[in-house]
Amino acid sequence: MKDLVSKVLKGDPHSIARLITLAENNDPVATSAMKDIHPHTGSAHVIGITGVMGSGKSTLICELTRLFRKQGKTVGIIAIDPTSPFSGGALLGDRVRMTELAMDDGVFIRSMGTHGMLGGLTSAVYDVVEILDASGKDVVIVETVGVGQAEVDVIKIADTTLVIVVPGLGDSIQTLKAGIMEIADIYVVNKADRPGVEQTVAEVESLVDISCSGKEKKIPVLSTVAKQNKGIDELLKEIDKHKKHLEKTKEFEKQRRLRYEAELVEIIRKRLMNFIFDESTFKDKIESLINQISKKQVDPYTAAEEILGKILK
Amino acid sequence: MERKIRVLVAKPGLDGHDRGAKIVARALRDAGMEVIYTGLHQTAEMVVEAAIQEDVDVVGLSLLSGAHMTLFVDVAKLLKKKGMSDVLIVGGGIIPEEDVPKLKKEGISAVFGPGTPCDEISDYIKKKVKR
Repeated sequence: MKDLVSKVLKGDPHSIARLITLAENNDPVATSAMKDIHPHTGSAHVIGITGVMGSGKSTLICELTRLFRKQGKTVGIIAIDPTSPFSGGALLGDRVRMTELAMDDGVFIRSMGTHGMLGGLTSAVYDVVEILDASGKDVVIVETVGVGQAEVDVIKIADTTLVIVVPGLGDSIQTLKAGIMEIADIYVVNKADRPGVEQTVAEVESLVDISCSGKEKKIPVLSTVAKQNKGIDELLKEIDKHKKHLEKTKEFEKQRRLRYEAELVEIIRKRLMNFIFDESTFKDKIESLINQISKKQVDPYTAAEEILGKILK
Repeated sequence: MERKIRVLVAKPGLDGHDRGAKIVARALRDAGMEVIYTGLHQTAEMVVEAAIQEDVDVVGLSLLSGAHMTLFVDVAKLLKKKGMSDVLIVGGGIIPEEDVPKLKKEGISAVFGPGTPCDEISDYIKKKVKR
């Protein structure tokens, strides 16, 4: 195990990949490895990229990564796609858009399923960010699943969050709604060669005007055509600018605290859920309580209190 | 949580026909596996690099161009060279029957031709992959 950790710290791809698998499967070896990994983390710039499905997240990441590589930075990419609620399987297809990065040993790409997590991320993503960070990657990019309106968990993990929108998805009311349109550090209007782009940019800009009035820092709105590599240089500049802003204003520490809080909550949640629903003593009790609820012999609240009473005493 | 079988489905070489690969990918997804699809025109090196990073249990190769004796074998050799000899390799596409024994000798564990029921492929993988 010590060997595995030291190899991860040296950036060995086999070991990084193996530890990620162990972490995804809640293996005890991973838990103990993660304890040794943590002191070596904190230097990577974590960038979250979110947006509706088909908005061009993977393509944009490919282009951004090429520019980061030109600056001499190494990049870890975590690409999340949905796990089927029916079969538990997943089709992870983000690599298709990143073929150009496949042979670059300064880039490590890992595809992950959501494993039942809502919010656009997957439970093990905190571990994977730490693993890639500790392995020496200068930049770690987290690509969420294609999101709807409310999957906003990426802000808990990313230092810089990019929200990708595309022309033609709705009117200005959509940009006023709560949720995804509130979380951006940078807005990217991708597929800017499509009709309706001026309107989309104007709507996002007016949203920024409303929500940033009085604040000294306005959220930038950029247009890109990722597939033609247009606007990516400017986007990279804004990302760097945001990072410098975080460092200057102590926002960095605040952001990191938010991540560690979310991670702590997630570990406790996972262990508690495991304890309640997978330990055999509770499993039988829960089964019989569900039966009783169905027969109206007991209500769901009383049943929940009975289970929690057993744990909390 | 049950450990998921991870499968890389790849199209090596210059062959643009990926319907078969997509159907198999979809079927393995429905069988509860995590399928990483690489897309078209992969070199053996790209396939193996992806297999390492994704830490897959299985590499599935699809080829209809006739270059399987070169490309399947290259992938198998490179996987071994990179210390990934525990990965199960399966192939599919237009593979003449007389090539199958030769491919098996080179480490391609099974070859599934056109008309193979998808269940047969997922059952085979489930049986072969050690948990």
